[in-house]
Amino acid sequence: MRAQNNPQSGATTLAAIPQPRMSFGRWFREKGWRHAVAIAATLFSIFPLLYVLSAALNPTGTMAGSTTLFTNIGLQNFVDLFSNEQRPFGKWFVNTLVIGVVTSAATVFLGALAAYAFSRMRFAGRRFSLLALLLLQMFPQLLAVVAIFLLLNYIGDIIPAVGLGSSLGLIMVYLGGALGVNTYLMYGFFNTVPKSLDESARIDGASHAQVFFRIIMPLVTPILAVVGLLAFIGISSEFVIASVVLTDPDSQTLAVGLYSYVAQQRSENWGVFAAGAVLAAVPVMALFLFLQKYITSGLTAGSVKG
Amino acid sequence: MSGESTSTRGAATPARGADGAPRGGKRRLPSGPDSLLGILAKIILLGIVDAVAAYALFQLAVGEEWLVFAISLVVTVGINWIYLRKDGLPAKYLAPGVLFLLVFQVFVMFFSTYIAFTNYGDGHNSTKEDAISSIQLSALERVPDSPQYAATVVEDGDELLLLVTDPSGAVGLGGAEQPLEPVQSAQLDATGKAIGLDGYTTLQFGDILGRQGEVSSLVVPLTDNLDDGTLQTQDGSTAYVFKPRLTYDESADTFTHVGTGVVYSDSGEGTFRADDGSELGTGWKIHVGFENFAKAFGDDNLRGPLLQVVVWTFAFAFLSVITTFGLGLFLAIAFNRADLKGKRFYRILMILPYAFPAFLSGLVWSGLMNAEFGFINNAILGGANLPWLTDPILSKVSVLLVNLWLGYPYMFLVCTGALQSLPAEAEEAARMDGASAWMIFRAIKLPLLLVSLAPLLISSFAFNFNNFNVIYMLTGGGPRFSDTTFDIGHTDILITMVYKVAFGTGAGRDYGLASALAIIIFIVVGVISAISFRKTKALEEIN
Repeated sequence: MRAQNNPQSGATTLAAIPQPRMSFGRWFREKGWRHAVAIAATLFSIFPLLYVLSAALNPTGTMAGSTTLFTNIGLQNFVDLFSNEQRPFGKWFVNTLVIGVVTSAATVFLGALAAYAFSRMRFAGRRFSLLALLLLQMFPQLLAVVAIFLLLNYIGDIIPAVGLGSSLGLIMVYLGGALGVNTYLMYGFFNTVPKSLDESARIDGASHAQVFFRIIMPLVTPILAVVGLLAFIGISSEFVIASVVLTDPDSQTLAVGLYSYVAQQRSENWGVFAAGAVLAAVPVMALFLFLQKYITSGLTAGSVKG
Repeated sequence: MSGESTSTRGAATPARGADGAPRGGKRRLPSGPDSLLGILAKIILLGIVDAVAAYALFQLAVGEEWLVFAISLVVTVGINWIYLRKDGLPAKYLAPGVLFLLVFQVFVMFFSTYIAFTNYGDGHNSTKEDAISSIQLSALERVPDSPQYAATVVEDGDELLLLVTDPSGAVGLGGAEQPLEPVQSAQLDATGKAIGLDGYTTLQFGDILGRQGEVSSLVVPLTDNLDDGTLQTQDGSTAYVFKPRLTYDESADTFTHVGTGVVYSDSGEGTFRADDGSELGTGWKIHVGFENFAKAFGDDNLRGPLLQVVVWTFAFAFLSVITTFGLGLFLAIAFNRADLKGKRFYRILMILPYAFPAFLSGLVWSGLMNAEFGFINNAILGGANLPWLTDPILSKVSVLLVNLWLGYPYMFLVCTGALQSLPAEAEEAARMDGASAWMIFRAIKLPLLLVSLAPLLISSFAFNFNNFNVIYMLTGGGPRFSDTTFDIGHTDILITMVYKVAFGTGAGRDYGLASALAIIIFIVVGVISAISFRKTKALEEIN
């Protein structure tokens, strides 16, 4: 909000006074170097991505064949990717989507329930709970990966459907982190929804559940989308716990499966791996770019809270 | 922003009363009646939860896991109590998330601590009873002049069983779980060999080939006592009697080798050990106190490498924050000009690495940096042979470079936001006083930026402290240290080390040691968080 009052810093204000014509030296000192920096940074950013795209399209398929970008173009790697029965890429893709979508949807829902309680209700232990959440999120779940492995191993003996090797078990593990930082993000946003809205609905006879589902949820959709997206991106990249829980190739996710392509012999399967990487990355990147306005404003809002 | 709503809420709180006793008046805001849909949803969801719980409780009772049974019962009753009573609204909203949090975040932390004090790991993953029967099974040896049994492999559901005909012509059936028992009505072939039994599927030759491993690992006890011997078959058509080389003496709690007479007794360390120091392969889980921690800091095989890993972990996290923040801030400043053409275009291309899935980045860069075939050596450096990932120092540089690539777009975005929210007046005033651009940056902008960005830099440090993906995908922690048998290397950070000790291929899985290392990280992260809490006063934001 404050940013709108001073869209640019004072340097701009002073330099933006119209000048009839700039010498090259002046132009370079004012703006040219910025373009040079921008081009260098852009090249640094995109050349690995161009490289992987080129390797994916290069039918020779090994790393040695890819010393120039985009000289050979063909789709052989993609064909190989989908015809390997030991490494069912299609299944990995579906698994990743299912695990990612279910987990992020559940994460958003559980987080929203908690944020609603924290934002709208006053109860004993509320402050303590908020504090505990803040502390707990400092300890990443992957540190306890051994305990998670043994716990799921044990649960699997009782209820095989949620034990080691099952997506459901993995989803439940991920939901252990559903509160924490997400609740905080949503809690802050819920607080911006005027309380008078739900109070008047309550007076009109709405139950608390109706207030939550019919009034609050529609109003906080933006933050729900951001949290869901960030959760989805995070989960689709998660390797440690997924690699320990999902043992059977058919049940694995893209992160675990694609790693297996290059874990042993990096240069042999390079083209096929690159093809898989492109297919795995494109949907996520597209989603990210599509929603980048919200994501970046979320990030920057977080940064200038003080 | 939230100050306004806070104050109104603060005023509303006392009027409503803590226990929600009806007071009348509009301040009370009683819940309206739940809609039919709501009640229905509640009944169905609670029903599903109870059904699953009942199933789990039943299984636990069958397995005689009484402690877990009791805990599960309490939790189930608690859930029902929360949702069936009228009051306690906050609990209804918090319970689902908190339940997962308690099991998969809080409990596993405590469980890790417990494991850290045991010798859990390869060869030590169960109880002593399990270890004894496992030793008996694995120590089986074919009796030299054993009678030959004609065998047929049959299947009942998924379970394989052996249908055997002993030399005298008597037919018996047994499996891994059930000792051999005589059967009467088997179908016999011309030689008198039993080849089928009602209710069981006989495996044909092709099936046996396909399930070779299962067939040859099938061990059928002759009687309830394993010491009496077992039947095993290699080819699925003849079985021989095997007897354990090691016999267990229950009263003395020792194993005796049948051939050599060597006695193995409980060593007190979860194994059976002989006087000459040799141990039997399978042990069991015991509590070892601080042994794992002592091992981490005392064992020559581990102490040196661990210290290096700790130092590198801090260096990596610190340098990652510095480099990404430095580059991000520099770019943010360079771009902080409204009249820069193509700004949007540059920006989108520059944040692409941030959108690229993190696990792929390390793998892609590992290809780029491959010494022999990599794009960097072959195309950019014209055929140089720089060992980017295999030289101790260069590999660290590579890791930092890749993490810079991954991390700077985030810092760029964040710095851009922070820069734009800086007050313009201070800068204008400084400019009027004749301060140079650099002085303005050093003395005004940077301190102001650091105030608002400090929490993010600290959380970035904490994140990089456990940045598993970059390290594991790029170098796998390599190049390996030459002075240890553990699979640890120059670029390993603590978290990759934990993973490799627990699930790696180096010196065997050691869950106890891995958990001890994880606890060391817990403590380090805890200290960092405590310091950052005090510095950033994050707690003050909780209202």
